[in-house]
Amino acid sequence: MAAAAELSLLEKSLGLSKGNKYSAQGERQIPVLQTNNGPSLTGLTTIAAHLVKQANKEYLLGSTAEEKAIVQQWLEYRVTQIDGHSSKNDIHTLLKDLNSYLEDKVYLTGYNFTLADILLYYGLHRFIVDLTVQEKEKYLNVSRWFCHIQHYPGIRQHLSSVVFIKNRLYTNSH
Amino acid sequence: MRLFVSEGAPGCLPVLAAAGRARGRAELLISTVGPEDCVVPFLTRPKVPVLQLDSGNYLFSTSAICRYFFLLSGWEQDDLTNQWLEWEATELQPALSAALYYLVVQGKKGEDVLGSVRRALTHIDHSLSRQNCPFLAGETESLADIVLWGALYPLLQDPAYLPEELSALHSWFQTLSTQEPCQRAAETVLKQQGVLALRPYLQKQPQPSPAEGRAVTNEPEEEELATLSEEEIAMAVTAWEKGLESLPPLRPQQNPVLPVTGERNVLITSALPYVNNVPHLGNIIGCVLSADVFARYSRLRQWNTLYLCGTDEYGTATETKAMEEGLTPQEICDKYHIIHADIYRWFNISFDTFGRTTTAQQTKITQDIFQRLLTRGFVLQDTVEQLRCEHCARFLADRFVEGVCPFCGYEEARGDQCDKCGKLINAVELKKPQCKVCRSCPVVQSTHHLFLDLPKLEKRLEEWLGRTLPGSDWTPNARFITRSWLRDGLKPRCITRDLKWGTPVPLEGFEDKVFYVWFDATIGYLSITANYTDQWERWWKNPEQVDLYQFMAKDNVPFHGIVFPCSALGAEDNYTLVSHLIATEYLNYEDGKFSKSRGVGVFGDMAQDTGIPADIWRFYLLYIRPEGQDSAFSWTDLLLKNNSELLNNLGNFINRAGMFVSKFFGGYVPEMVLNPDDQRLLAHVTLELQHYHQLLEKVRIRDALRSILTISRHGNQYIQVNEPWKRIKGSEADRQRAGTVTGLAVNIAALLSVMLQPYMPTVSATIQAQLQLPPPACSILLTNFLCTLPAGHQIGTVSPLFQKLENDQIESLRQRFGGGQLEETFDLKAKTSPKPTVIETVTTAGPQQIQALMDEVTKQVCSLSPVGDWTS
Repeated sequence: MAAAAELSLLEKSLGLSKGNKYSAQGERQIPVLQTNNGPSLTGLTTIAAHLVKQANKEYLLGSTAEEKAIVQQWLEYRVTQIDGHSSKNDIHTLLKDLNSYLEDKVYLTGYNFTLADILLYYGLHRFIVDLTVQEKEKYLNVSRWFCHIQHYPGIRQHLSSVVFIKNRLYTNSH
Repeated sequence: MRLFVSEGAPGCLPVLAAAGRARGRAELLISTVGPEDCVVPFLTRPKVPVLQLDSGNYLFSTSAICRYFFLLSGWEQDDLTNQWLEWEATELQPALSAALYYLVVQGKKGEDVLGSVRRALTHIDHSLSRQNCPFLAGETESLADIVLWGALYPLLQDPAYLPEELSALHSWFQTLSTQEPCQRAAETVLKQQGVLALRPYLQKQPQPSPAEGRAVTNEPEEEELATLSEEEIAMAVTAWEKGLESLPPLRPQQNPVLPVTGERNVLITSALPYVNNVPHLGNIIGCVLSADVFARYSRLRQWNTLYLCGTDEYGTATETKAMEEGLTPQEICDKYHIIHADIYRWFNISFDTFGRTTTAQQTKITQDIFQRLLTRGFVLQDTVEQLRCEHCARFLADRFVEGVCPFCGYEEARGDQCDKCGKLINAVELKKPQCKVCRSCPVVQSTHHLFLDLPKLEKRLEEWLGRTLPGSDWTPNARFITRSWLRDGLKPRCITRDLKWGTPVPLEGFEDKVFYVWFDATIGYLSITANYTDQWERWWKNPEQVDLYQFMAKDNVPFHGIVFPCSALGAEDNYTLVSHLIATEYLNYEDGKFSKSRGVGVFGDMAQDTGIPADIWRFYLLYIRPEGQDSAFSWTDLLLKNNSELLNNLGNFINRAGMFVSKFFGGYVPEMVLNPDDQRLLAHVTLELQHYHQLLEKVRIRDALRSILTISRHGNQYIQVNEPWKRIKGSEADRQRAGTVTGLAVNIAALLSVMLQPYMPTVSATIQAQLQLPPPACSILLTNFLCTLPAGHQIGTVSPLFQKLENDQIESLRQRFGGGQLEETFDLKAKTSPKPTVIETVTTAGPQQIQALMDEVTKQVCSLSPVGDWTS
C-alpha cells in the first residue's frame, strides 16, 4: 500500500473530513504533506502524528511520558523494520519478536489503543494476509492483536479482512 | 530505571547527552553489557543502548530513549522535531552506520567513508541554511539536535569528515559540541580515542549491506529548493509590477550620524588594529572588511548606521617600535596611522569615522570609567613580582623572557607558556630567565599594580549574557569562548603597566604607570565616537535604542565579551553593550601563516601593487571569509574564482544583458510580456533575494555572497535557454519574446548591482552607471525583486566588468609574496622545531631579530594584545 493511500485511510479513521493531497519524494516514495500554514511535512509517521493532532485525538499518541515514548518507538519500528526489510527471513524474525512482545499485552502500549497499533496494523497487513493457518497459529499473540485491531471501528475500511481460526489445529506446534 | 550500555555503542552518545540535557541522569542506573548480550527478552537480535523502565517496559530505540528523557522534563516534540527524528532513523542511520563501519572496522578513509553520508550531511546543511535558524527545529535547541548530534559526533569530530563547504552544518555541530551535556557524553563514550572507541562494538556488528535501492541516486538537492507554490509566484509578479513606486524615499544623509528614536539604530565597530604594523589580508577580512559589508548592507536597508574604527596606539609594542626606528612613540603612531588609513581607503572601507586611541577623549573616558569602578569597589591593589631587565631598563613583557621550564625542564620555555609541556608559566618562576632582546639576566622586582575585580562582576556579567545571548547573532565561536571563560571562573586581572606610552592612571602612587591596553583599548570605540561627535553618549549610553555589532577575529572575543562588558557593567553608567559579537576564525596563507618577518603573505599595502583591483580582493576575501572555520588564501584559487565566478558567471551575465539592450533595442529597455516561465524565474530570484537578506541579517556574509552568484547563474541559464540573439531575427512573436527575455535579464542585472554593493562597491557603481539605474533604486534594497528598469528606460554604454587573470601573472605574484614550494620547506622546519629559528643561536639581537620578536608580540594585528600576555 502506498504511503499516500495509507495516510488517506488514517485520515478517514480519525474522522478528518477534508482529505489532504500527498506527493511522494525520492525512490522510496516518502510521503510529503504540503500544509497551508507552514512548511511541508515529510515522512509517514511525522505526517500521521500531525494528522492525529489535527483531529484533536492526542490521546492516540499516548498519555504519559512512558506511553508517548513507547508509541514513538513502535512508529519508528514500523518505518525502519517493517518497511525496511522484506525478505522472508526478516519478516519471520520480526513476527517472532512481536509475538513474544505481545504475549502479555492487548495493545502495543499495554492497555491503550494508539497510533502505533494503527500504523503497525497497516504496515503488517500485506504480510499477515499471506500467512498460512499454521503460521498464524505460531504467531498466536500477533494474530490475536491483529484480529482485534482489524475489528476496531473505522480502522480496516476497504482492506481485506484476514481470517483467523479460533480453534487450534496444530496442537504440537509450541 | 536502568540503562544498559555497551562499550563503544554509538547509540550511547545521544542517550547520555539527552539524559544530561534533561537532567534525567540522577535516577539512572547504568549497566554495561557485552555487544552481543540480549538485554530485551523479546528481541532476537542484540540491541544497546536499552532503557528498562520501572514498569518493566523496555525502550530499545535510541531516539525513543532520548525522547523519554525529554518528556520526563516536560518537553514535548513538535512536527518538525518528529520529522527530523524520522529522517534520522530512516535515512541518516543506514548511511551513517555504513560510514562508521567502513572507517572503524575496515579502516577505509576519505571519500570511501564520506561518500555514503555526504548526501545526508548536505541535506542537514541545506535545511539549516535555508530556514536560517541556529537549530534544526528552530530558534531553540530540541530533541532533534541532540539525537542527530549524538549520531553524527563520532564521525564529524574528525574534521576530515566535516566537509568545508557545509558551513551551516559546521556551526550547528560546533554549537552543540561545546555544550556541557554533549561534551560529557562524548568524553564518556569516546574516551578521547576518537572514533576508534567504537571498535569493540562495531566489529561485532554485521557488515551493513550496501544500501539496497536507497541513497544511490544522485538527485540534486536543488530540486527540493525549487518547489514554488502558485501564491509565491503570484506574489513575486505583483511585487515586480509595482516597480519603482514601491521604493520608500531615501533617508537624508546626516552628519554626524546620531541615533533616531523609533528607527533601527545600528552601531558597528571593527576591532582596532594595532598601529605599529601593516595589516595583512587576514586582519582585513577578520575585522574591517567584514564590518564594512555589514555596514553597507545596513545602509541599503535604510537602517540608521554608524560604522567606526581606528588605530590602537598605546602599549609596549609601540614603545619598542619607536626605539627601533629612532622616533618618538607619537611619531610612530602618526606615521602608521596614515598607513592604515590609506590601506583601508584603498580597500574602499566605508567608515563614518576612522580615529585613534591616543587622544584626550580616550584619557578622559578611560579615567572616568576607572574612577567609577574604583569608587564602587571593583578595583584591587596588589604587589606583583616582575622581571626587569636592568640592561634594557624596563620591565619585561612575558614574551620578552625565555628560560628553563619549571615543570619539565625544557630550555626554551616562554615567559607565559612552555611549548613542550604546554603548561602556563608565571614569568618569575622561569629558571635561568633571559631577556630575549639583550640576553642578559633580568632581576625580580616587586611593584604595585591595580587589578579589575572580575570575580565580583561575574554575576552581573552572567545576568547580562543570559539576557543578551538568546536570539542574538553572536557567532558560535564567540559564544563558546565566552562560555568557557565563565566556566573556568573569572580571576582578577591586572590593568596597569610600567610604561610611559599609555593612558595615565589617575591615582596617587601610580604616577609612572599607565593602563594596560586590554583595559583601555576597547574604550577606544567610545573615545573615537567622542572625537566624531560631542553627542557620543547618544550612541554609547543608549542600550535601549542602539543595536551594537562588533566585528573581530576570535582571539579578541574575551576583551569584547568579558572584559569590556564587566568594566561597563561595574561602572554603572548605562553603557551600550554589544548585542551581536561577530567573530571570524583565522585566514591562513597558502596553507601556512602570514608572516611579516619571513616575508610570507600579502599585506595591505602590497595588495595595491599587484595590479588586481580592490574589488577583486574584496570579493575573494569575502568568498573565503573564515566563517565558522579557518580558511586559506590561495593564489590559484583566487585566479579560479575570478575567472569562473566573476568573469564567466557574474560578469558574463550582466554584460550580456546590457549588450542585448544596446545592440538589439537601441539602448532602450524593451516591452516585457511575462509568460509562466518568466514568472517562475521572478519567483526564484525573489526567493534567492530573500535568502540573501536572511543570511545578511544574521551576518552570514560569505553565505550571502553565494546567493548573488546563484541568481546570476539562473540568469545565464535563462538567456541560454531562450536565445534572444536568435529570436531577434525571427517572427514578430519571436522578437517580442527576445524583448521580454532581454528586459527581464537586464532587470536582474540591476538587482544584482544593488545586492553586490556591500561586497564590490566600485563594480556595483560601474554597473549602475552603465544601466543608468535611477538613484533611489541604487541605494535601497527591498526584500522583493522590483522592475527598476521599466520598458523605455534608456541605458548607458555597456562594457566588460572584469578581466581575466592569467596563470603566469598569478605565478609571478605567488613567487613575489612567498608561499608554494618555499613555504612548504619553511613549514617543515617550523614543525620540527617549535621555536622561531632566528633566536636560537644569537646572543645579541640585530634589527631583524627584534623585528621577528615584535611580530611575535603583535602577531594578530587586530588583537588588542596577545591573549597570552594576560597573566602577569
